[in-house]
Amino acid sequence: MDIFLQLTVSGLSTGMIYALAAAGFVVIYKASDVINFAQGDLLLLGTYLIFFSVAQVGLPWSLGVAVTLLLAVAVALAVERLVLRPLVGEPIISMIMVTIGLSSVLRGVTGAIWGPNPRSFDSFLPAGDIVLGPATLSADRVLSIPIALAVLAALGLFFRHTRDGIAMRAIADDQQAALSMGISIPRVFGVAWGLAAVSAALGGIMLAGIVGVSPNVASIGLRVFPAVILGGLDSIAGAVLGGAVIGLLEVYVGFYVGHGLNLVVPYMVLVLVLMVRPYGLFGKEIIERV
Amino acid sequence: MTGAEAAPLLSLNNIEVLYDDVILVLRGLSLEVAEGQIAALLGSNGAGKTTTLKATSGLLHVEDGEVSDGTIVFDGEEIQGMDAHRIVERGVFQVLEGRRVFEHLTVRENLLAGAYTRATGRGLEAETHKVYEYFPALAERRGQAAGYLSGGEQQMLALGRALMASPRMMLLDEPSLGLAPMLVESIFGALQRINREEGATILLVEQNARIALSIADYGYIMEGGRVVLEGGAEELRANEDVKEFYLGLGDGGRRSYRDVKHYRRRKRWLS
Repeated sequence: MDIFLQLTVSGLSTGMIYALAAAGFVVIYKASDVINFAQGDLLLLGTYLIFFSVAQVGLPWSLGVAVTLLLAVAVALAVERLVLRPLVGEPIISMIMVTIGLSSVLRGVTGAIWGPNPRSFDSFLPAGDIVLGPATLSADRVLSIPIALAVLAALGLFFRHTRDGIAMRAIADDQQAALSMGISIPRVFGVAWGLAAVSAALGGIMLAGIVGVSPNVASIGLRVFPAVILGGLDSIAGAVLGGAVIGLLEVYVGFYVGHGLNLVVPYMVLVLVLMVRPYGLFGKEIIERV
Repeated sequence: MTGAEAAPLLSLNNIEVLYDDVILVLRGLSLEVAEGQIAALLGSNGAGKTTTLKATSGLLHVEDGEVSDGTIVFDGEEIQGMDAHRIVERGVFQVLEGRRVFEHLTVRENLLAGAYTRATGRGLEAETHKVYEYFPALAERRGQAAGYLSGGEQQMLALGRALMASPRMMLLDEPSLGLAPMLVESIFGALQRINREEGATILLVEQNARIALSIADYGYIMEGGRVVLEGGAEELRANEDVKEFYLGLGDGGRRSYRDVKHYRRRKRWLS
């Protein structure tokens, strides 16, 4: 039972990091219908930026987190402004192809700057253990769960209640109608990329503390896709649930069934869910009036 | 009252619109709408009515169209070629043809989206209440996804979104489209009220010439990308050609197909 509890905490904490990256993905998809294949690499960028600002520059943690978020937003805004905005009005598929290229560029640039070797440094989350009944849980993993949930809840509220959040969903529904009410598409796309970068960078910061800093983080980023498609491409709640399910499945299968299979099972579940619910668990259904 | 007597709030002067750099849709179109008036823009399919509205509201370039000649002046300022959101900020709001509500947003969120250009937060409660007062049916369904509303309610919502922006000038594209006659009456009643009580100047594109001329002060008739006939609404209602071609009130009663040729000849003369 204690093992099970430990696995659950570990799975959930990884899952919430997936969820953070997935939420960024959802934000961009909701605003622009673009599937951002570089979302996992924004996670990677986040881990290196926090490593850079805390371990290399020597900033205190609070400042390091702020600098990381600012740099991540700056990169995302530059990408949006220089690479994607010229493509507004072109077929969506060309923007999607550009994000695939962007993914390689981000990987290449971080590799060129920080090299291929894994780096490690002390996490800002407390390193000790929390003893809960029979189980011993590592404090950083336990703590990462409420932090991620708080960020995700804030994103959900943003979409429901703020002017830009509503404008984003309006653009996703009917771009021309949104234009006709004076919604500025460049501004909204900029906000979307900025938010996606913040949420992915936060995921990256936690990941840096928990698993360390290495190019392999990009492969963790790949797990964002099953999470986001499972939950539904356009739902923050779906991203949370999708992330949790994928994170838990990985550790349970890895421990109880055998190592190796845990890499495949998320994708198998994904296929099964999509057979039953093609829009994902929380996806937006196409409304038809009868 | 004619368009020329009062100072025009909106005037289109000899505008030409090109789509894809080659297709000329408007050829030297001119019209004026005086402040506080309702002007109707009538004409058959493909005459260029919707293009005229989109040229004014800045929505052409997303469809690869552009105003290639002439000027559009709103409140003394040239607005042709300006970005749509700048035009909305100046108080010109177009209600697109076919309602175009945001289906996955609730009624209330649709209204908030309409108020996008207004200062954040402040006064929006009062504005939403005004919309609910104009269209009580929307108040009952404020929390529902707009995609599930009936056609009439969606048209009310489209007008409500416009009201939220408190525009000085509303451009309406076929608000009667696909609605039952009773609903058309009530939508046009609301339009008249918006014009009188909110002081919104209205440019109204319609296929339903009868109802459009019943609330309009002034009317324009378009053919092939230009205005071919204009006048006070009374005057147009009394015009024999308008009666025959747009109001379906020819003096000869029912016609046989033999007369179609005659119809085409006279219509050509009109343009």
